[in-house]
Amino acid sequence: MTKTKPNRTPAAAGGKRKPQLARPKPLRSGRNIVPQESIAGSALVLVIAIMTFLACLALGAVTMINDTASKWQSDISREVTIQIRPFDDVEMEQAIRQASRIALSFDGVSKVTALDDAATARLLEPWLGSGLDIKELPVPRLLTIEIAEGARPDFASMHTRLENEVPGASLDDHRAWVDRLTTMALTMVAVGTSIFVLVMTATVMTVIFATRGAMSGNREIVEVLHFVGADSRFISREFQRHFLRLGLKGGLSGAFAAIVLFVGLGIWSSNSLATPQGDQVAALFGTFSLGWFGFSGILMVMILVAFLTAATCRLTVRHQVNGLQNYRLVR
Amino acid sequence: MIKFENVGLRYGLGTEVLSDLTFQIAPNSFQFLTGPSGAGKTSLLRLMLLSLRPTRGIVRVFNREASSILPRQMPLVRRKIGVVFQDFRLLDHLTTYENVALPLIVRGRAESNFRKDVTDLLDWVGLGDRMHVLPPVLSGGEKQRAAIARALIDKPDVLLADEPTGNVDPPLARRLLRLFIELHRSGTSVVIATHDLGLMDQFNARRLVLNQGRLQIYD
Repeated sequence: MTKTKPNRTPAAAGGKRKPQLARPKPLRSGRNIVPQESIAGSALVLVIAIMTFLACLALGAVTMINDTASKWQSDISREVTIQIRPFDDVEMEQAIRQASRIALSFDGVSKVTALDDAATARLLEPWLGSGLDIKELPVPRLLTIEIAEGARPDFASMHTRLENEVPGASLDDHRAWVDRLTTMALTMVAVGTSIFVLVMTATVMTVIFATRGAMSGNREIVEVLHFVGADSRFISREFQRHFLRLGLKGGLSGAFAAIVLFVGLGIWSSNSLATPQGDQVAALFGTFSLGWFGFSGILMVMILVAFLTAATCRLTVRHQVNGLQNYRLVR
Repeated sequence: MIKFENVGLRYGLGTEVLSDLTFQIAPNSFQFLTGPSGAGKTSLLRLMLLSLRPTRGIVRVFNREASSILPRQMPLVRRKIGVVFQDFRLLDHLTTYENVALPLIVRGRAESNFRKDVTDLLDWVGLGDRMHVLPPVLSGGEKQRAAIARALIDKPDVLLADEPTGNVDPPLARRLLRLFIELHRSGTSVVIATHDLGLMDQFNARRLVLNQGRLQIYD
């Protein structure tokens, strides 16, 4: 048994097509009570976009400085040096082995490398010239100790044991360098953060004044709405919706431009890693990668700017409406 | 409905522009407010609309002293007072239909509930074929009629009209006057500020005459 498929076309079914009534012209134009397009609105979007871009740049720069400074700090604190000064009655090779054993006995020490004679000669070449026989000179020998990432070996005990058990040995954990670098890194981060705070303050003030400027052109609309019986909640909702849209538009444009810039710089720096310029830039600024913290920070700046625009608009409208509906105020 | 007791008004440190005004607008009453230009008609209308506070005296609206009305209660008071401004105050980016429907939109009414009322009123004031037009395209008289329609659309308890026939020709002025009279007969108190003697002669109504800041009433 075969099932016949129902034919749905009216012509095939022998039915008549229903006469289509002309759709009545809608009476409302669909325009919002607050006009969407205005010169003040476009200028506000541009101002918000520029200030968001600058704030995102400042935030990105602070993030990069912070990351690079931490990396310097971490790199230098992951390597310590043992120096063994020569003594007449000390067999240097034996002292090096003894010092290596002591260093490796501590948790967190991943590798100990002794600079051989050739490497030591190369280190001294700028001062003593080439063709140097290191064995003939009382030159101290160096051992570099690599520390596992995140580990903090007990340097005080290591220092004591080396001094007691290996004559002429001393441990240099670069504390002075680390301290100076930490201070420098913290200073740079503090300066960067201060600049970011200043840029954000300027952004906030600019957005507030630009929003108030754009709002002043709408004063008559606020008054008309009030006199036809709208309450402050209705009026502020209408304006806030419009200005939130403007804030998001400007914030999104500025944040997008900043992200494009950082991604572009990141691609450029990774492509020019092998070149001297690229290496120099990478040493100073890192790889221009913002990471999730930087990108979420940019997102937060954008949301903050949009929220601020809407909140300023709300406060301005409330202030205007309060002036209109507070009979106790002398006008 | 609106009651003034010894009301005086001065702007800044100047002399009083309105002095010792004592009168009332009774429910379902009709009155012309007249006087020479600069006599203070618009200021008196603004005092009645509560958009201006007197420097002395007591104003009562709907049996409440105006100074006791809280800001959040003001929109409810405003909804009972229809107002036609001398400069129309239409929103230029909204169509005539939307401008007239504005009082109903801000009250949260659905368009399906007010569409017929608005189109009927627009037809009545002769703007049936101009409802999709933006105000900048309307003539002065058309703007005037749109502003009147906006004030009437929600059938206010009191209608305050500032020179409502100032921009229209005599036949249309008579037609608008008939509209106000009809509104008055349906229970609304009407105050028309005008210095058009011809208009006032067409309907026998109470006259509030302002002269040099003082009010004389001819019942």
